[in-house]
Amino acid sequence: MPFLLNTPDDVRAMLEAIGVGSLDELFAMVPRELRLARELAIPPALTELELTSHLEALARQNVSAKEKACFLGGGSYDHFVPAVVDAIAGRGEFYTSYTPYQAEASQGNLQAFFEYQTLIARLTGMDVANASLYDGATAAAEAVLMSMSATGRRRHVVAAASVHPEYRQTLAAYLKNLGTELTTLATPDGILAPQQLATAVRDDTACVLVQHPNFFGCLENVEKLVHVAHDKGAMFVVVVDPISLGLLKRPGDYDADIVVAEGQSLGNPMSFGGPYLGIMACRERMVRRMPGRIAGQTVDRRGRRCWVLTLQTREQHIRREKATSNICTNQGLLALRALVYLAAAGPQGLREVAELCLRKAHYARTRLAAAGRRLALRFDRPAFKEFVVRSSDASVDDLLAEALDAGFFAGIPLSQWYPELDDCFLVAVTEKRSRAEIDGLATALNRIPRQVTAAHA
Amino acid sequence: MRNTRATQPLFELSKPGRRAMRMPAADVPDVPLAELLPESALAATPPELPELAEPDVVRHFTNLSTQNMSVDTHFYPLGSCTMKHNPKRNERLASLPGLLDLHPYQPQETLQGMLALLFELQELLGEIAGLPAVSLQPAAGAHGELASLLIAAAYFRDVDGKRTKVLAPDSAHGTNPASAAVAGFEPVTVKSTPQGFVDLVDLGAKLDNRAAVFMITNPNTLGMYDPNIKRIAEMVHAAGGLIYLDGANMNAILGISRPGDFGADMMHFNCHKTFSGPHGSGGPGAGPIAVSARLAPYLPTPLVERAGGGFRLGYDRPRSIGRVRSFFGNVGILVRAYCYIRTHGPDGLRRVSEHAVLNANYLLSRVKHIFPVPQGDRCMHEFVASAARLKTDKDISAMDIAKRLLDYGFHAPTVYFPPIVREALMIEPTETESKETLDAFAETLFRVTEEPADLLHEAPHTTPVSRPDEVRAARQPVMVWPRESSPDDGAGG
Amino acid sequence: MKPEQLLFAKTHEWVHVAPDASGAKIATVGISAFALEALTDLVYIELPKVGREVKAGEPFGEIESVKAVSDLYSPVDGAVVAVHDALANELESLAADPYENGWIVKIKLSDETALADLLDYPAYQKQCAEEEH
Repeated sequence: MPFLLNTPDDVRAMLEAIGVGSLDELFAMVPRELRLARELAIPPALTELELTSHLEALARQNVSAKEKACFLGGGSYDHFVPAVVDAIAGRGEFYTSYTPYQAEASQGNLQAFFEYQTLIARLTGMDVANASLYDGATAAAEAVLMSMSATGRRRHVVAAASVHPEYRQTLAAYLKNLGTELTTLATPDGILAPQQLATAVRDDTACVLVQHPNFFGCLENVEKLVHVAHDKGAMFVVVVDPISLGLLKRPGDYDADIVVAEGQSLGNPMSFGGPYLGIMACRERMVRRMPGRIAGQTVDRRGRRCWVLTLQTREQHIRREKATSNICTNQGLLALRALVYLAAAGPQGLREVAELCLRKAHYARTRLAAAGRRLALRFDRPAFKEFVVRSSDASVDDLLAEALDAGFFAGIPLSQWYPELDDCFLVAVTEKRSRAEIDGLATALNRIPRQVTAAHA
Repeated sequence: MRNTRATQPLFELSKPGRRAMRMPAADVPDVPLAELLPESALAATPPELPELAEPDVVRHFTNLSTQNMSVDTHFYPLGSCTMKHNPKRNERLASLPGLLDLHPYQPQETLQGMLALLFELQELLGEIAGLPAVSLQPAAGAHGELASLLIAAAYFRDVDGKRTKVLAPDSAHGTNPASAAVAGFEPVTVKSTPQGFVDLVDLGAKLDNRAAVFMITNPNTLGMYDPNIKRIAEMVHAAGGLIYLDGANMNAILGISRPGDFGADMMHFNCHKTFSGPHGSGGPGAGPIAVSARLAPYLPTPLVERAGGGFRLGYDRPRSIGRVRSFFGNVGILVRAYCYIRTHGPDGLRRVSEHAVLNANYLLSRVKHIFPVPQGDRCMHEFVASAARLKTDKDISAMDIAKRLLDYGFHAPTVYFPPIVREALMIEPTETESKETLDAFAETLFRVTEEPADLLHEAPHTTPVSRPDEVRAARQPVMVWPRESSPDDGAGG
Repeated sequence: MKPEQLLFAKTHEWVHVAPDASGAKIATVGISAFALEALTDLVYIELPKVGREVKAGEPFGEIESVKAVSDLYSPVDGAVVAVHDALANELESLAADPYENGWIVKIKLSDETALADLLDYPAYQKQCAEEEH
C-alpha cells in the first residue's frame, strides 16, 4: 500500500512491544461474531497509473463547462478564478491542516479566518461574520434558526418564492420537526410585493427570508421589505450574491439583520455543486447566537498581536445540546479561496466583475428577446446577472437540447420547481461569456426548426 | 524557511492604487449604468476591500501558510480527527476539468461519468457500512447526523408519532446532542461505565416508548470497541428505537466490522477523516450517510440511480425528508474518497485499519508508563491518556504538555476530550506514520514530563506566537479589523 | 456578607433573604467562591430582565468562561426585582468579592418552601469537598 510505512520487521517489533502475537490479536476486543468473515465486496486496488486512466475515462464521459459556453446559474456560476487563488489554496500547510485548536501552531489559518471575516463584514456592510458554513442553503437555514432564537419566536417564518427553491427545501427540512410554520409567498411578478408581505408577517413571525438579486435574477424591493418585517418585530434575513456587492447597495445599508450567501462565486470551482461556501454576517448584538467558528484578535504572553478561535462557548463541543448549531467541520479551505479572491480583486476588480456581469447579462437579455418572436423576458424588471426567458412556441426541453448541440449550456428549466413557469428557463451571464457567445446563443435558440417543437405542442 | 518578519494583516499592506486583478473592457455595447439599474439599488461607494498587487497577495498568504502545522509538514496526532496523509493523486484527479468544471444543473446526459462515479461510491460505502442505501448529500459528519435524525423523525411520524428523545453517551462528540436539539428532539445523556462503555443499566432505564434513537460512536471516543454493542442494539430495537452510528472512528474497522452487522440502522462517514479528504484548515468535509432498507425511502433527494444503460438523479421519492443542502453534495471531497477507496481495494482498506490500530497500540505501549490510560492496555485506532497524575505530582497539565509538544515539532493531541477522562490527551497516530515517528513522539513525551513545570507553563517557546490571551479575546471580542478612520467603529474594537 | 450568613443551593448559588421596606421577603442571589474558582476566568454573563418570574431549580441566566458555560439556577421561587447589570463589564469583581459586590439578582419571594432545600455553609463546604474528588 502506498501510504503505509511499517515494514514487516517494524510490524514484528511493534507487536512484540505491545505483547501480542499477530495483527489479528489486536482486534481481540471486537467480538468474533461481529467481525467480517470475508473480504469487502469492492473492486481490487488500483495503482496510481491505473486510477488515473480510470478517472480520466470517467471525466471524458462528462461534458464540462470548458467545452460548452455555460449560461447556467441558479446559485452556481462559471466565474473566472485567478491563478493566484489555486496557487495559495494548493499549499499543503493550508489544505492539510485542521481546525485551529492549537492557536500557536495555526496562526496562518486563524489570521486568514480573521481577514476573511473582515472582508465579508465589509462587503456586506455588517458588523461581524463567521469563518464559514457549509453552503448558501444551509447558511440560510441556520440564519432562520438564529432569528428564531434571537427573537424568541419559534412558531412562524416567512420566505419569498423567489428565494432559491433548494434553499427553501433545505429550510423546510430543517423546520419540519421543530413545528415551525413556513409561509412561502408567491412571486408571480418575479419579486415579492411589500403589500403582500405585510399581510403575511405576524406578531409571532421570527423572520422574513428574501434573496436579492433573487433566484430569477430580479432585484427585490429590499428597503420596503425590511420596513415591513421590522414593523412586526421580525428580522430580515437576506441571501445575496457576493459578486453583486461590487455594485449593489450593501445589506447593512438597508438594515438587514442577517446576511447569508453562497460563496462559490468568490474563487471556487463549480465542482458539480460542492464543496461550496456558506457565508454569514450579522449585527454584533447577535454574535453570540451565530453558529460556526469565529476567529478573534488578541495578544500573546509577550503582548504580540495574534489570533484565536473565540466565543467557543457557543459551539457544540462545549455547549453540547444547547449550542447555537451542531456545525463542527466548516468550509475553511473555500473561505481561504474566497479571501484570496477578494484580496486579489480589490475594490476595483470586484466592481469590474460585477459590471461586466451586469452589462453582458443586459446585452444577452436584449439579444435573446429581440432575436425573434419565440422568446421573451418573463419578468421585465431590473436584474443583475440572470434573467428568466419564456418560450412562446417551443418546449423548453427541446430548445435547451438544440442549444446544447450547438455548443451551449443555455439555461435551467424552471418547471421542476415552478410548474407555472414550465415554459421558462433561467439564463445566467458571467464576465466569462463573450459577445460572440451571447450572439451565438441568440442565433441558436432561434434557429430551431418548428417541426421539432410541433411534436410537443 | 519561515519568514521571521511579522505577517502584516492585509489591511496594513493595502495601498491605494495597487491591484492584482484586472478585467477586460466590456465587449458589449456601452449602456450607461443608470439605464441598467435604479440609482436606489447601487452602493454609494466601492466595496471596502484592501488594494494589493499580486506579489503582495502571494507573499502574504505564503508566509501565513508557514505559520501552520499540517499533515504535510508535521506529525498531527489529533485524536478523533484522523489526520492521515492526503494523497496527492487525489488532488490532481479531483481537479480534472471533466470532473471539476461541471455545473450542478447541466443536462444529465452530459454528466454520465460523474454520475457513474457517484453511483459506484454509493455502492462502495453501502458495502463498507453493511447497510443497503446511501445518500452522499450531507456536507460533513454533523450534517450527516442531522440528516439521519430528520430521517428518524420522518420514520417515526409514519409509525407512531410519539418518539421525541435522542439518547447519546456522556462520552459522545458534542455534535451528537447538538444535532439532536437542532433536529427537534430532546437530547438525553446515557452514562458510561468506568471503562468507557455504555452503562447498560442506565441505557435500559432511559429506553422508553419516547426514545427514538440511540447515537453511539463505536469504536467510541476512548478508542474502545464496545463489547456490548450487539446487546445494546438488541435493547434499543426491542424498545422500538433506532441505532445511529457516529462513524467518526471508522478508520479502525474498515473491512473488519461493519456497522450494519453490529446493529446500526443509520450512520455517517467522515470522508475527510476516514477516506483522506484534506482537512483544509477546518473543512470541507463530506458526511455521506448509510441506512437500513426500511429507512431508505426517507433519504434526502436526489440519489443516483441506474437508468437504462446509464445513470440519473432520482427525484421521485415521495417519503424523502427533502434536502439538507443545495445541489448534490460536497462532490470534490466525494471524488477524493472514491479515489482513496479504489486505491486500496478490499485488502488495502483492511490493512489501513490494521495499521491504524497497530500504530495506536504501539504508541500506547510506549507511553502508558508515564501517562496512565484508564481504559487499559489495548485500544483500537486511538487512545485517551490521562495527565491527572502529573497534574497532581508536578503541576503539569494536559494543556502544558500539548503546548510543549509544539516546540518539539509535533502537533498536539486532542486535549480535554472526552470529558469523562481527567486531563485527557486523546492520541490518534493514524496508519500513515512510521515506527520511527511514533518512537520519537513517545520519547518527546517522556522528555517533556522531565522538564521543569515553569518551562511548560510558558510553552510553547518557539512558535510564531506564545499562548494567546483567550480571556481577552472572549471578553472584548475583536472579530474584524477596525476601520482606520474610526477605530471605535469596528465590532468590539 | 460572610458565607456563614448565607444559604447555598447544590448548584452553587448563594442566597440571602431579608425583608424590604414594605416587609416583602427579598432573596439576594449570587454564586459561590468555590464555583467561581472552578469556572476560572469569566468572560460573559447573561442576566435576566427585571420582572421575570423564576422558579427554584430553573435557569435564569448563564455565566461563561473561555471553555465552559454554566447555567445560573434560581434557588427560590419569585420575581426578579433587581439585576446587577454592571457585572457584565466588571466580571473580575465577581470573583474578587462574590458575597457582596458579586450579587447577581434580587428576587421577591412568592413562596418560601424552596428555602428548606438549601444548605447552610458547613453542609455546602462538605458537598464541595466531595465534588473535588
